[in-house]
Amino acid sequence: MRYLPLSDTDRSEMLARIGVKTVDELFADVPKNLLLKEPVDLPRRKGELEVERILSRMSSKNVPASSVPFFVGAGAYKHHVPATVDHLIQRSEFLTSYTPYQPEIAQGTLQYLFEFQTQVAALTGMEVANASMYDGSTGTGEAVLMAHRVTKRRKAVLSGGLHPHYAEVVRTLSDMASDQVVTMQPDVAGSEDILSQIDDTTSCVVVQSPDVFGNVRDLKPIAEKAHKHGALLIAVFTEVVTLGLMASPGSQGADIVVGEGQSIGNALNFGGPYVGLFATQSKFIRQMPGRLCGETVDADGNRGFVLTLSTREQHIRRDKATSNICTNSGLCALAFTIHMTLLGETGLKRLARVNHANAIKLADQLAGVKGVEVLNKTFFNEFTVKLAKPAAEVVEALAKKGVLAGVPVSRLLPGAGLDNLLLVASTEVNTDDDRAAFCAALKEVL
Amino acid sequence: MLNRQGRPTQAGQAGTTEHPTFTGNKALAQVEPLLFEIGRYDTTGVDIDEPEDFQPRLGGLERKEAIGLPGLSEPETMRHYVRLSQMNYGIDTGLFPLGSCTMKHNARLNERMARLPGFSDVHPLQPISTVQGALELMNELGRYLVTLTNMTSVALSPKAGAHGELCGMMAIKAAIEAKGEGKTRNVVLVPDSAHGTNPATAALIGFVVKPVPAREDGWVHVEDVKERLGPDVAAIMLTNPNTCGLFEPQVAEIAKAIHDAGAYFYCDGANFNAIVGKAKPGDLGVDAMHINLHKTFSTPHGGGGPGSGPVVLSERLAPYAPVPFVRVGKDGFELVEEAADAAEKPFGRMTAFHGQMGMYVRALSYMLSHGSDGMKQASEDAVLNANYIRAGLSDLMSLPFGNKPCMHEVLFDDAWLKDTGVTTLDVAKAMIDEGYHPMTMYFPLVVHGAMLIEPTESESKSSLDLFVATLRDLAMAAKNGDTERFTGAPYHAPRRRLDETRAARNPILKWTKPAPVAEAAE
Repeated sequence: MRYLPLSDTDRSEMLARIGVKTVDELFADVPKNLLLKEPVDLPRRKGELEVERILSRMSSKNVPASSVPFFVGAGAYKHHVPATVDHLIQRSEFLTSYTPYQPEIAQGTLQYLFEFQTQVAALTGMEVANASMYDGSTGTGEAVLMAHRVTKRRKAVLSGGLHPHYAEVVRTLSDMASDQVVTMQPDVAGSEDILSQIDDTTSCVVVQSPDVFGNVRDLKPIAEKAHKHGALLIAVFTEVVTLGLMASPGSQGADIVVGEGQSIGNALNFGGPYVGLFATQSKFIRQMPGRLCGETVDADGNRGFVLTLSTREQHIRRDKATSNICTNSGLCALAFTIHMTLLGETGLKRLARVNHANAIKLADQLAGVKGVEVLNKTFFNEFTVKLAKPAAEVVEALAKKGVLAGVPVSRLLPGAGLDNLLLVASTEVNTDDDRAAFCAALKEVL
Repeated sequence: MLNRQGRPTQAGQAGTTEHPTFTGNKALAQVEPLLFEIGRYDTTGVDIDEPEDFQPRLGGLERKEAIGLPGLSEPETMRHYVRLSQMNYGIDTGLFPLGSCTMKHNARLNERMARLPGFSDVHPLQPISTVQGALELMNELGRYLVTLTNMTSVALSPKAGAHGELCGMMAIKAAIEAKGEGKTRNVVLVPDSAHGTNPATAALIGFVVKPVPAREDGWVHVEDVKERLGPDVAAIMLTNPNTCGLFEPQVAEIAKAIHDAGAYFYCDGANFNAIVGKAKPGDLGVDAMHINLHKTFSTPHGGGGPGSGPVVLSERLAPYAPVPFVRVGKDGFELVEEAADAAEKPFGRMTAFHGQMGMYVRALSYMLSHGSDGMKQASEDAVLNANYIRAGLSDLMSLPFGNKPCMHEVLFDDAWLKDTGVTTLDVAKAMIDEGYHPMTMYFPLVVHGAMLIEPTESESKSSLDLFVATLRDLAMAAKNGDTERFTGAPYHAPRRRLDETRAARNPILKWTKPAPVAEAAE
């Protein structure tokens, strides 16, 4: 087996040195009748070539985003990631290192986490950010738990524009912890009356902007009302590129900002791994979940970085910890940071403008197709269209024509009576030809 | 360059080098400032054309303020992050015996496979007809995990080990509630030796944690469990092999006692690497166990993630597995994404989308490469390597539970350091100077000054021989009073010992623009 360095001679010598005759003597504590004699019923070892053949065959049954005109979004977005990013995250010192428990030999990881935290705080308009969460959805669940700790209340109000998967993650966690959740009805127009749901028992209001239907939401009045009642505003985003063009959630009064960072640096990966961004105000840092990297000095007075405030964490506080999280999304955070460094302020803003411009072009072109109505007055790079037929059927038919058209709302909200609605995203990867192909195919199908 | 504390920030100015350099660099050891100290706000390393003029549709919520994100050109970016990488220790650098973390070789074949466009460049919400191969891979990975553990089903979506624990405990809670015992069964037994995530997970969803004390032999005893069992107990969370590096010999009896009391057996699978292909957790009476794909099945740790924590479930818990899951239908693979569509009773959803696909591909690539014979051999070699280290050090270092066989990791305490003036932390830092990543320190908590060494199956005999010889030399030095070698260590790392107390007392969690010099001098 190519990954195992020991030879049979080594094994015999080592067993002799240990003072046993067979390796099974080392497994003496395993109940005799349960110790397996033979390898389990799975195929035997394979060479690289064979493994590559098997997995390539599976891979080839899928339709990659880059191979077709592609407009699928709803929480994960197809963007161009510079070649430099993937090269750098595969540096073995980054790829094969562990959580930086020994900071003297993990300054590489720690310094990029410090850079990551600084970038995320700047983008969200908040004072501090942590060293990443698993993804946006689990980060949202953690944000709600944190709001409960801060306010000592246990009722969350979820906007009807929050991504349905995110809402379901929050509800699952809250149900299990016996916390209360009020979920607003799906809010296609972005016009829900969430203010009336906020009262003195509310711990937090969770609002996504742009929301899952693409509407840009003004967070200021919600923040004001929440603060008047001693509640927190949790601002959520699923498309981080938005922040290059839009007023930051922090500037609109958010107390916790949480979102998905996949768009920067990370591939679609069929849903994971992604990277959750989590930011808040300094006064709340001791209630924050997740790892934090902080600056300090070494014995010679040189600047260095360490994981810090770990008295919040499970390995110290056990059942009193702020979260059970141990592993996070280190390497995905690195990909984010490298891509963001390449973009810089200038590049990010330009990328955001291209995304917005492409989406506007697409919306205007689709509006010209018979049987298509664009519902959004506001949007960034994703919007909702109403079709003359059920969207799921249309998407299947378009897939057969080689266009991946978007996400039927019925896939995220089955039974909500929104079957004819389709979420359509457009990023910098879409060309004039892509848009023309989409419109032409849609004309044929509708 | 001075930092805000007015201390030198460059290695060469610190007075420890006998031959200071002008730059502060020491040949290949480069000083690298923060991105924010070298980046420029008008620089970008990505060529994108400005779009044609357009009328924004953002409802008047355009950003008016600057963001504060400096950029670097592509060559500068490359150099910045390559230099940072050179300050890191990885498995590819050397022996990484971090106990309970299973730092084994990360085969690059797995990286190549995860980057196949059919896996990396597909969207989680594409039409099901366009992702049949991705679903096939998930189904196949699930089959491997279920076969290796002899369990009924698997929930793939949890994002890491602790998330898998949460998933397993949620399934247990759902099963208890389905039996109408939700109000009465609210206690979870957790041995003192457990990883901190266990009690944190149980507490997160409202369980009351009751510890099971550790015995002098390092094992959990069935009578200690029985004593605490009652109609209020929902589950036990037991790590097996345990964090002392020992297999729990009474595990089957404990499982039976738990089941007889109407409770469930959650097994923390962090140490599965010791028994893959040697014993099946399902045979031991386990109801739920998470598997760290980033430990046992070699998906890279990446400096702290991403991980992946699928949970295998027994027949009693399988109906409660969360969405989504893959099902084989008549027209191919189906993905059940909504609880209403399932014949079973899913308790909810752990995460958006379907979990860590990138990790699934790597883990399956690992399993296909090893095969059933290779996985069994890997476990045997992992256990053999750990015992070889035990045999090589048992006369100089102290084994808290006697010199008996261990599983894939060997636990020492600090009794051997008594009266030397050297602590476990000092030994760890001295190991850094010798070119090793230290072992896990001060965990498990049940042993004083714990040193938990897990070499994994990836080490050759000669590598272990040098490691043992090095630790023997360190042990002799400590006993002979050469304390400076320890208390001042590390001397040769990119940084000397870092002041963690200072970091916690005055948290600096991001870069801020330094005050102008005149002000700073006040």
